[in-house]
Amino acid sequence: MNLEKVVFGFFIILALTLNFGFFVGEFDNPAHHNVYELFAVIVVNLIATVLKFGDRTQMGALLLAASLVADLQLLAAAVVWAYAQHVSGTGLDPMVMGSIVSLAGGAMLANIVSVVLLIIETVNLRR
Amino acid sequence: MDKVIFLFLRRMRAPLLVLIAAYTIAVLGLVLIPGVDAAGRPWHMGFFHAFYVVSYTATTIGFGEVPHAFTDAQRMWTILSIYLSVIAWLYAIGKILTLLQEPAFKRAVVEQGFARSIRRLHEPFYIVCGYGDTGSLLVRALARRDIRAVVIDRNPERIDDLELEDMGMYVPGLCADASVSAYLTLAGLLNRHCRGVVALTDDDEANLKIAITSKLLRRELPVICRAETRDVQNNMASFGTDHIINPFDTFGDRLGLALHSPGTHLLYEWLTSVPNMPLSEPLYPPHGKWVLCGYGRFGKAVHESLAGEGVEAVIVEADPQRTGCADRCVVGRGTEAITLQAAGIEDAVGIVAGTDNDANNLSIVMTAAELNPKLFMVARQNRHDNDAIFKAARLNLVMHRSEIIAEDILAQLTTPLLPLFLQQARGQSNDWANEVISRISAVTGEVVPEVWTLTLDAHEAPALRQALAAQDVRLGEVMRDPREREQLLPCIPLLLQRGSDVRLMPGEDVVLRSGDRLLFCGRHGVADHMGRVMYNGNVLRYVLSGEERPDGWVWRALKSGE
Repeated sequence: MNLEKVVFGFFIILALTLNFGFFVGEFDNPAHHNVYELFAVIVVNLIATVLKFGDRTQMGALLLAASLVADLQLLAAAVVWAYAQHVSGTGLDPMVMGSIVSLAGGAMLANIVSVVLLIIETVNLRR
Repeated sequence: MDKVIFLFLRRMRAPLLVLIAAYTIAVLGLVLIPGVDAAGRPWHMGFFHAFYVVSYTATTIGFGEVPHAFTDAQRMWTILSIYLSVIAWLYAIGKILTLLQEPAFKRAVVEQGFARSIRRLHEPFYIVCGYGDTGSLLVRALARRDIRAVVIDRNPERIDDLELEDMGMYVPGLCADASVSAYLTLAGLLNRHCRGVVALTDDDEANLKIAITSKLLRRELPVICRAETRDVQNNMASFGTDHIINPFDTFGDRLGLALHSPGTHLLYEWLTSVPNMPLSEPLYPPHGKWVLCGYGRFGKAVHESLAGEGVEAVIVEADPQRTGCADRCVVGRGTEAITLQAAGIEDAVGIVAGTDNDANNLSIVMTAAELNPKLFMVARQNRHDNDAIFKAARLNLVMHRSEIIAEDILAQLTTPLLPLFLQQARGQSNDWANEVISRISAVTGEVVPEVWTLTLDAHEAPALRQALAAQDVRLGEVMRDPREREQLLPCIPLLLQRGSDVRLMPGEDVVLRSGDRLLFCGRHGVADHMGRVMYNGNVLRYVLSGEERPDGWVWRALKSGE
């Protein structure tokens, strides 16, 4: 067993599970989407991205790309959240909440791609 | 993918993780710790404000406590997060700076820049391995002829020299061991514009390795090598190295030539020097007894060629045991009068100062000149930077080893027929050479002529090839000025190669054939005029017949309608 692989897999899968946790719930209901959860998703995603740095394989490049997409989507969601609450003053109305959750949903897709790639790589290793 | 970026990302992994962790802890703490707003009601800081506060404290900017004054608990946490995040930043920045200073990273950056500049070379170039005296002379001479070169040398100081030198064009240089195949590839060995490899390092083994690598990776590329021992020379020849230069032999050989047939030597000089420089004067070394100082590898080669010319030579050598001339030499360095007198300098006609020390060589010829002012003085110059003092010593002949080798290689690279011509010329008499010299100087005047090769193929002479299919064309007919056909172009055909048949100094009445290779020398710019004649059918028609035909379709249609 390789500790590096454990940590790597842990963060990639955690990024997906947390992302899913934030995503589920009534689409435009602020009560179903916790801000702490979004914070955790962003942090875990950033860590997963950094862990993927410097891998020169084709697989590594694709993993890094997927992670960067997820980061971008999640940061966009966070910016929308902060803008709605502090700048525009509209608060978390259904429309804003909808766009935040859909951005997080997009990030989740990218995270699913990451996990699938990870599984493919592992399966290939076994052979 | 980009090696430098990957190296950077890989090294930045730990610092970035530390930064993310520090920010997360600080932000989370600020959000969780309860505060009070201006009215004294309990209040929780949002992520937005927490990130804002942490961002400006971490970077030590510090705007104060926003949006409300902090409670003591919040301040305590802020103290903690300041130290945490500032240390994380210092660590990250420190890591970046160390990485930039790291030799491995610097090397990666340099190699990448070098590889990029090679990729951007979209014209033919030569790889020159070894940038010593000979290498730098060669690269400079190539640059003066607008031919690109790429340099590899193990010595960083020489690469610095290359960067500081003004060549008139950019010459990429890499500080690396050229005998490592990876670096040769990096220098563009596999690049389709690479025209040849020249191995000039002072290490025979390295040269051998360079030759093998080049020949294995690019069979068709010409490889020119320097080798100091016969052993390595034969080894190189065994796998098809195109030209091998032994500096000592080449050098001794040229000196012998200068003594034996000064005309041929002058012809060598003229045809291999840099074009448009003033022509060197002819030399007439006297026959009689010569004194040869220094019997190292160079001295032996000189002695051999002197003996070959039937010239008597007295050897002066400081260490006869080691050089193997104990029974037939005068012991001494030759820098003092006594040794020279013992060698019989008073009744000698010439002296060759051939040690490997420039100061000693100058001292030898100056002492000898005092003893016998009528001596013909020849000195060997070892280092290029001693040019000025050798010039000031007013010697009859200075043999500059690097220069001779560089000129030899240059001839090999730029005009492939020239070595063949020179080789043929050596078989001719001195009078023949003198006649050629007078013909050349009649055409080019006071400056070194330009030498060029012309191949009558589809690439270099498409128009002439077409004409040759229909009619006989004589050499004299195409050597005419495309602006005024009555005028002969100021050039001289030196050699005609047709298959295995080689003709020296072909006459103007020779009928040309497709596939012929010609060697010309002439005034600067004549090659361009001749190229126009070879290339453009209309110009060729005018030169051959004096007939000027309209170029355009309309005029041609009008003319034929008449």
